Amino acid sequence: MTEAIAAIAHDQHEHPPAGIMRWLTTTNHKDLGILYMSFGGIMFFIGGAFIMAVRAELLFPGLQWLSPGMYNQLFTLHALIMVFGAIMPFATGLNNYLIPLMIGAPDMALPRVNNWGFWILPFAAILLLIPFFLQFSGIGSGASGLGWVMHNTSLDLQSGIGIDFAIFTIHLLGISSLTGAINVVVTVLNMRAPGMTLMKMPLFVWAWLITAFMLILVIPVFSAAATMLLTDRHFGTHFFDAANGGDPILLQHLIWFFGHPEVYIVLLPAWGLIPHILATFSRKPVFGYRAQVYALWTICFLSFIVWSHHMLTSGLPLAAEVYFMYSTMAISVPTAVLVFCWLGAIWRGAMTFETPMLFALGFVAHFGMGALTGMILPDVAANAQYHNSYVIVSHFHYTFFGGGIFGMMAALYYWLPKFTGRMFDEKLGRLHFWLTVIFFNMTFIPQWFAGLDGMPRHIADFALRFSAMNLISSVGAFLLGLSQLLLVYTVVKCVRGGTKATGQVWEGAQGLEFTLPSPPPYHTFETPPAVK
Amino acid sequence: MKLTDAAIHDESAIQGWFICLFCCNKRHGTAKKQLPLWFWVIFFLFVSEPACASSIWDFQEPVTPVARDSITASVDFLRIIMGIYVVVFAVFAYSIFKHRKSSGAQPGTFTGPRTKWQWALAISPFLLLIYIDYIWMGIPAFHAIVRMEDTRTASEMVVKVTASQWKWQYEYPEENIKFVSTIATTQDQIHGREAKGEHYLQEVDNPLILPTNMKVRILLTSTDVIHSWWVPSFGVKRDAVPGYLREMWVNIEKPGTYRGQCAQLCGDGHAFMPIVVEAVAEPQFREWVAKKKAEGSAASAAAGKVWSRDELMEKGDEIYNRICVTCHQADGKGVPGAFPALAGSKLVNGPFLDKDGRMIKDGHLDRVMNGKPGTAMQAFKETLSDAEIAAVVTYERNSFGNRMGDMVQPSQVKALR
Repeated sequence: MTEAIAAIAHDQHEHPPAGIMRWLTTTNHKDLGILYMSFGGIMFFIGGAFIMAVRAELLFPGLQWLSPGMYNQLFTLHALIMVFGAIMPFATGLNNYLIPLMIGAPDMALPRVNNWGFWILPFAAILLLIPFFLQFSGIGSGASGLGWVMHNTSLDLQSGIGIDFAIFTIHLLGISSLTGAINVVVTVLNMRAPGMTLMKMPLFVWAWLITAFMLILVIPVFSAAATMLLTDRHFGTHFFDAANGGDPILLQHLIWFFGHPEVYIVLLPAWGLIPHILATFSRKPVFGYRAQVYALWTICFLSFIVWSHHMLTSGLPLAAEVYFMYSTMAISVPTAVLVFCWLGAIWRGAMTFETPMLFALGFVAHFGMGALTGMILPDVAANAQYHNSYVIVSHFHYTFFGGGIFGMMAALYYWLPKFTGRMFDEKLGRLHFWLTVIFFNMTFIPQWFAGLDGMPRHIADFALRFSAMNLISSVGAFLLGLSQLLLVYTVVKCVRGGTKATGQVWEGAQGLEFTLPSPPPYHTFETPPAVK
Repeated sequence: MKLTDAAIHDESAIQGWFICLFCCNKRHGTAKKQLPLWFWVIFFLFVSEPACASSIWDFQEPVTPVARDSITASVDFLRIIMGIYVVVFAVFAYSIFKHRKSSGAQPGTFTGPRTKWQWALAISPFLLLIYIDYIWMGIPAFHAIVRMEDTRTASEMVVKVTASQWKWQYEYPEENIKFVSTIATTQDQIHGREAKGEHYLQEVDNPLILPTNMKVRILLTSTDVIHSWWVPSFGVKRDAVPGYLREMWVNIEKPGTYRGQCAQLCGDGHAFMPIVVEAVAEPQFREWVAKKKAEGSAASAAAGKVWSRDELMEKGDEIYNRICVTCHQADGKGVPGAFPALAGSKLVNGPFLDKDGRMIKDGHLDRVMNGKPGTAMQAFKETLSDAEIAAVVTYERNSFGNRMGDMVQPSQVKALR
């Protein structure tokens, strides 16, 4: 019996099942990493397609082809898909693939949980989209059209089945995120190679460890809030129903208590991997390692005590407004530590500018803009102009796209030769970078000005004074969307062929993952490496 | 496509941009010393300036003390962050151009500041940051919030704003005046069948009239979902939360028409919920109040009179196309799955009064007056007059192919309230 199991295990060990079965049954961290990243990539384009329709509606004033209800559904799905379907799964894919390689572990600590965590995702995505497609056959009133955090509580209560589907999607995604987070914590705390103390861990691993703790702390709050909404809608409770003594603002508090740390859950993995890339292409050791670890922990802590700055116009008491203003401003300090460490990372280096380096520098420049604009937003006086206007839309796209997505793209280009064993087409990569930078700014700078001029968010149609800015922004968005197809082409081309990559890949690359051949064998570090 | 004719009133954006570029230092008192031109060029690429209110790069003109606080905070802070951005990224740019492998740079091996001087250089930006956050901007911000939240000191008048999907009800409790303000832009303009007017989507049937140079306390609530009352020129934005009263205040310093709209996603009509405020001098305001009161008595007289069918149909057509059309659509067919059709509807084509003259529960009139809880169909009892309810019900029963042939008199509605 034991022999038989050993034989099967041995068989699996060397040869993963061929074809589709390999991908359906795998518990291998590299395969799951690829699955997670591919899922994130696919969702990135689905979420992108939704927003193209939204921008098409906003090309000109007037309702051209979307009804306001459809418009609301599209931007809500865009947000949910981009945050929970694209950026978070992609970052989880990176951690799956890279953390065991970076800390010298043979796999993640809980491989089957890992498999389960991934396979929840496609079903969650389908669940989210079902009501959207059902409406075309006349069933229900479509998907949730309430914004990604469903912040208008009373509207949540009167909306159709889309919101119920969204609530169950949130539950599923929550389970998936929790399994992923627990896996990271267990792996990092237990499976580091001998000699790799916590303060020798690569920053990407640190960032993910902190992200995992944040997920474990806030996901239950989000799930609980969604459940309370569900019972309010169907089982006669009155947590949020003002007509029956509930408090609509309570849901906003609960959801932003999740929602603000969520912003950093999206950003932290990117902050973790940027120092790797900057150090590699500057051919220097990581600058300010300790300072960055402490800054990441500080941001993690602060993110839990600032949530109500998303609600500064909801009629908070004066003391709360003052508190949330000052506590939010404090985030600028650890964030500035990170920015100065990135500056220190390239200072007096010997830089070359391959695609990942370009994306990393693009990340710094755009995230810097997002972070600095974020410094003004908590100023309650100024916030009265900014809140729920396009200024906010512009600001958070500078952090989510300029930060999160640029970071993920830098990571993709940086580790793609490691994943595939082949170099990608450098020229295409650079072209993709420059097109992305130009059209990203063309999309989001005009939104800033539309917002200053008084254009609110979430509107399907706008006054004529906002026409010019929306036209530029829409054209920019279409071109930004189109230029992302270049990324698909570059990646597919790299997977299918190209010059062989060395194990080291990049001249200045450091870290355990670059001591392995490219692509790494199916199983790695079965004997832990010794770390000095 | 007339792109920016409304946006750029009398001077082009570029002109306005250059004008403010060259005169901003003089117009805005907060700039302490002359900064080089290149700084302003970069600055104005990103940031706007209240001095040139007609440019599309800009805030709308502030006309209340709160709006001035808000815009001063915003402009000063934007200047500071642009300054930081330019300085920090100038250093980045210097490094990127100087420390290249191709120009033969040798990589350093340092991993942190080492000398005392380097430590000082590393720490000082953070001291500056804390100074900016908590002293330079933090202290004025504190005072601005205290002013903003002080709705009661010396307030001379109260206006109550009640939001519903998708209109605003304005009430002057002291004068006993109450009216509803809804969008005046036609569906034809929205759907591109008609040229768009200058104030497309920012025009209403009954604007809120406020006196200038008077502190007006505004109480806010909502009957259904959360809305948000925002007029950019007043610098106030506050959510209208069902079940709660929120407050804010305005003291408009300049007569004029100010436009804004709902700033909280509130369902399908969110984009079509404009706010128009006409600020007039106090004597004119008093005149308006007197006129409005007289209208009020006329309206109650109208409820007593017997209306002809044509009068009801005409009035009903107007009300339907102003209020009901957003959901039930111009053809009365609704939106399948979201908003029920009125054409051929059992409810519309059924009885609404029983033989004793009492309202039939879930009949047509009951639905219009009391709404349907838990849906977007709200109670119009409070927001429409007797004549308006009678007219719109009559209209619905005799349009879209419905041929009930009956009518409702305002006096009947009045009796059922």
